[in-house]
Amino acid sequence: MEQTESDKPCVSRLELFLTFSRITLSSFGGALFWARLGLVERQRWLSEREFAELLTLGQLLPGPNVLNLTVLVGYRFAGWSGAAVSVAGYLGWPFLVVIGMGLAYQHYGALPQVQLALAGMSKVAAGLLLATVIKLATVLPLRWRPWLFGLLAFVGVGVMRWPLLWVIGALAPCAIFLAWKTKD
Amino acid sequence: MDRLDLGALFLHFLALWCVAVGGPSAILPDIHRYVVEVHHLLSNREFAEIYTLAQVAPGPNVMYVTLIGWHLAGWAGAAATTIPLLVPATTLTLLVGHFNERYPNAAIFRAVRSGLMPITIGLMFASATILMRAVNHEWRGYLITLLTAALVLRKTWNPLWLLAAGAVAGMAGLV
Repeated sequence: MEQTESDKPCVSRLELFLTFSRITLSSFGGALFWARLGLVERQRWLSEREFAELLTLGQLLPGPNVLNLTVLVGYRFAGWSGAAVSVAGYLGWPFLVVIGMGLAYQHYGALPQVQLALAGMSKVAAGLLLATVIKLATVLPLRWRPWLFGLLAFVGVGVMRWPLLWVIGALAPCAIFLAWKTKD
Repeated sequence: MDRLDLGALFLHFLALWCVAVGGPSAILPDIHRYVVEVHHLLSNREFAEIYTLAQVAPGPNVMYVTLIGWHLAGWAGAAATTIPLLVPATTLTLLVGHFNERYPNAAIFRAVRSGLMPITIGLMFASATILMRAVNHEWRGYLITLLTAALVLRKTWNPLWLLAAGAVAGMAGLV
C-alpha cells in the first residue's frame, strides 16, 4: 500500500515551477481540480492514492490545503528549494494577476458582466470539484470502515452543518486510533 | 473609515492563519468581521466586490486577501495581508513534510494518512455539495453543475472550455 522510494519520478525545480504555474493559472473557481489534473493525470508525478495522502496532510495543517499540498509536493521532489519554487509558481502569478485586477477595479469599478460571468463559471466550477471528489473516492479501500468515516464527515459538515473543528475533533482521533491498531 | 494600521492588520491576519485549520473558508467570517465591522476599512459592498474579483482571477480563491491589502494600502498593504497567508502554512507544512518523507513508514504517519484520508474525502464531498447548493438557485444551474461533473469524468476535454462556456452562458443571461 505504501509508495516506495524507487518509483518516485525525477523532477527538476524548473518543471516544478512550470507545473505549479500552469496549475494556478488554470485555476478558475478553485484549485483542487487543477492540482489533481496536473499532478496525477498530466505529469503522473503522483498516484491517485499519493495525491489523496498528501492532500490529507495538507488539510490537517493550517492554511489553504492546496498551498500546503504544493509545499509537500515541492519538498518531496526537490527538497526545500523545490518547495520554494513550487510556492513561487503557485502564488506568484495569482498575486500579480489579482493586483492587476485591483487596478482595473479602481479605474473602472466592478462591471456587471463580471458578476454575470462569475455566476456562470461558478456553476461549472462546482461540477469540477464534484468530479474531483468522485475520482479521489476511488482510492478508498472497499471496506466498511473508511466509507463509514467518509460518510460521517460528509453528513456532519455537509448535511448537519456542524462546525468543521468539532467534526474533525470527534472523528479524527477515532480514525487514527483504529488505523493504528490495524495492520494493512 | 478608521485610520489604517498596517502593523495591526498584519498581526491579526498572521494570528488568523496560524489557526486556519480547515482552510480559508474557516477564517473568512473573521476577516470580514475585522475589516468591515470592527475597523470599517471597507464597506460591505467593497468587500463583496473584491471577493468576487478574486474569484474571477485564476489562482486560489484565497487571493482575495491580497486584494484587500492592495486596495487599502497598495503594495505594502498587499504584502501585509499576503505574507501572513504564506508564512505559518508553509513553515508548518515543510516541517511535517520533512518528517513524512524521511519516515514514510513511521506508524504515526501511516495511521494519520490511512485513517484521515476517508475523512478528507468526506469533507471534500461536503464542500462540493455546499458549493453546488450555494451557486445554484434553480434546475438549470444544477444541470450545468452535474453535466460538468459527468463530462469531466468521461471526456478528456480541457476543462477551461467548460469554464469559458459557463462564463459566456452567464453573460448571456442563460443561467
